[in-house]
Amino acid sequence: MGRSSGRRTMIEISSLCKRYGSFTAVRSLDLVVPKGELFGFLGPNGAGKTTTMRMIAGILQPTAGSVRIAGHDLRADPISAKRALGFIPDRPFIYEKLTGMEFLRFAAGLYGEQGAAVDKRGIELLALFDLDGWRDELVECYSHGMRQKLIIASAFVHRPPVIVVDEPMVGLDPKSAKILKDLFREYTRRGHSVMMSTHTLEIAEGMCDRIGIMQRGELVACGTMQQLRGASGNDDALEDIFLRLTGDNVARELVEVLDA
Amino acid sequence: MPEAAALAGPLQLLAPKWQMARHRAKRHQPGDLRRLVVVLALGALFWIAVFAIGLKLLRYFRSAEDIGNLLAGKLLSMMLLSFASILLLSNTIAALSNFFLSRDLDQLAAAPVRPWTLYRARLAETALHSSWMVALLLLPLLAAYGTAYRGGIAFAPFALLVVLPFLCLPAAAGSAFTLLLVNVFPARRTRDLLSVITALAVCALVVLFRAARPEQLARPEGFQNFMQFIAALDAPSSPWLPSEWVSEALMGWLQGKSVWLPLARLWGASALCVAIGGALHARGWARGFSQAQEGANRRSEAGAPRSLLERMTSRMSATRRQLVMKELRVFARDSTQWSQLVMLAVLLVVYVANVRYLPLSGEGMTAVLRNVIPFLNLALAGFVLASIAARFVFPSVSLEGRALWLLRSSPFSMRDLLWAKFWVGAVPLLGLSLILVGATNMMLGVRLFVHVVTLAAIVAMVFPLTALALAFGTFYPQFDSENAAQIPTSFGGLLFMMSGIVLIGAVAFLTGRPAARFLVAEHYGWTRDPVAMVLPFIVAVVLCVSATVVPLMMARRKLDALERG
Repeated sequence: MGRSSGRRTMIEISSLCKRYGSFTAVRSLDLVVPKGELFGFLGPNGAGKTTTMRMIAGILQPTAGSVRIAGHDLRADPISAKRALGFIPDRPFIYEKLTGMEFLRFAAGLYGEQGAAVDKRGIELLALFDLDGWRDELVECYSHGMRQKLIIASAFVHRPPVIVVDEPMVGLDPKSAKILKDLFREYTRRGHSVMMSTHTLEIAEGMCDRIGIMQRGELVACGTMQQLRGASGNDDALEDIFLRLTGDNVARELVEVLDA
Repeated sequence: MPEAAALAGPLQLLAPKWQMARHRAKRHQPGDLRRLVVVLALGALFWIAVFAIGLKLLRYFRSAEDIGNLLAGKLLSMMLLSFASILLLSNTIAALSNFFLSRDLDQLAAAPVRPWTLYRARLAETALHSSWMVALLLLPLLAAYGTAYRGGIAFAPFALLVVLPFLCLPAAAGSAFTLLLVNVFPARRTRDLLSVITALAVCALVVLFRAARPEQLARPEGFQNFMQFIAALDAPSSPWLPSEWVSEALMGWLQGKSVWLPLARLWGASALCVAIGGALHARGWARGFSQAQEGANRRSEAGAPRSLLERMTSRMSATRRQLVMKELRVFARDSTQWSQLVMLAVLLVVYVANVRYLPLSGEGMTAVLRNVIPFLNLALAGFVLASIAARFVFPSVSLEGRALWLLRSSPFSMRDLLWAKFWVGAVPLLGLSLILVGATNMMLGVRLFVHVVTLAAIVAMVFPLTALALAFGTFYPQFDSENAAQIPTSFGGLLFMMSGIVLIGAVAFLTGRPAARFLVAEHYGWTRDPVAMVLPFIVAVVLCVSATVVPLMMARRKLDALERG
């Protein structure tokens, strides 16, 4: 497993396990995301990505193992750990009867920030995502993509050193997707860290410094694209590596199902 | 990110709720004013009635020199004790939703919010959600006490000072109990458990009330007995019950006695309960919340034997069959629905028992009266059916909620959907109505003629009541409501109950009046004219058929026109 060294570790996961009854969703996961890295988290549906991210965000409690964010142990010192984190869930809940701006103020308030600086940053972020015309409209009037952009803006409003984001591109129009990609790149260039799960392999391949692939609760590959290619022994694209690791029998099953 | 920034306080966590309430209040939709007027008028009527009855009773008590104050105090303790038990239950259930299942908790769990902050914010929400109804009911009651004892305007702030910790105590105790439950069971299972506990507790209350036979109070000797009744009631009283402290403080104040001890007990116990609740929350919430998301249990149907229902529905078209089976499955697996069936069963037993307790053998009870009573019973049974339809049939379209896209995008007519919902509602109601009226008729020992007419009338009522419930539920849907029990309390539910009552009254009148006249004429040997019954009966049938067909047609058109993303 690839491990970046020399830079400050922002996310450190050690022997992380999550069991739901007899089902193990995450199996002894070890992972490190250093400062300034954009880490891509891949895997088929049900591989354990969301469970892992929800454990990092402190929403789910691990069955075993530990999570440290910016050096703070999430279990021992949750407040300090969460202060350093911005989490964007895959199915975010936003209060329908709040306006976009009110929601951003509330999100900043949760991190102890308020006042003119928050308003200024909120307006900038909304403008960045073409939502400035909607900032005083109730969230219930927003489309799916607009809600997604609002929740992304809310994670940036307090400028956390670490952002954990689950499937951020779902529902975004091409322009917003491009803005978000640029935002993540620029954010990591400035020394912040982003851990992003995605099903769009081209995005992971083009954007991420390192990529981890999960399968059945285990990290089956982790490293830079170069390292992944080296491990696979072929000069493959990420899609080929991913499919080989997670489900090369798909095509066969597809034909069988269609012929049935 | 400024490291030293102060973290959010409970008020900040509650801010979205205020803001949302403000936005809701600002946005006016057509019919809002009408709704407001109806609700306010009904509320005012209810308040005035409670205040007037309370005041009359208390003034009567005061007229009894020796035991008047004692009786007033005892009545207050009894009411407060029942309120306290209701509060404890509703807080326990509301806490589950507010602390563990609410969808906005993800964001709060991921944010650096101190446990004590989250606890206070959610406790306030829980207390507010669970107590507003009791608080509204307490208002006219305490106003009656204040007026009867001439407590003056100062009684109002004093009562507030006493009632606040009384409302806070069950919120803290209920939340702590829920926390313990969620840490032992997964939250979804805890909800099942709580629903059953609630249902059984309410049943126990109803049975206890029934066992007290308050109808004795309606006997001619009335009030004399009521005094004895209140005095003799074995209401649990203990110096450790908060309801006793409230009663002691309020009655003490009204009689000019010292109130410091009960007041100190109330506030002390409340503060202690909140502190203990906060400490438990800090230790167990994160684990409980994590567990709350793991509650989905897998259900295997492989190899399950074909159920009777599946065999019964096998002759329907595939679409209708699937729709009917879906309705039944969803109903059976929703614990909030079936736990209410337990309550319903007990209420029905109590209803039938009520009829048995009727003074049918006393003075002045003639055979004519015994045969006329079933028509009053018909109206009451109709009301029971309307309430059941409001609870189970009215929410049925709303419960489609976010799955409506699937139904709308599928190649079948909305008529099929309504057909399935109508019959899934009507058939059980039909069985119930026959049992209800049949059993009470047999207890009353009515004649075959009355038996047949009342049974036919109740059967005829089932269909329009089901159709009206379905139609009003379609016209006033609550797609975003997650709790089926809350849907009938909406404006549409109120309209349905009103139109249901009009229908029941009309049918009971149209069938009961001519039949009763026929019986009276027969009894006194007057000329009987069976033909006089034909026209009202025909009108009743036409009314029932049109009240079934027209609402269903309108509901179908509404469903066809419904646009929802």
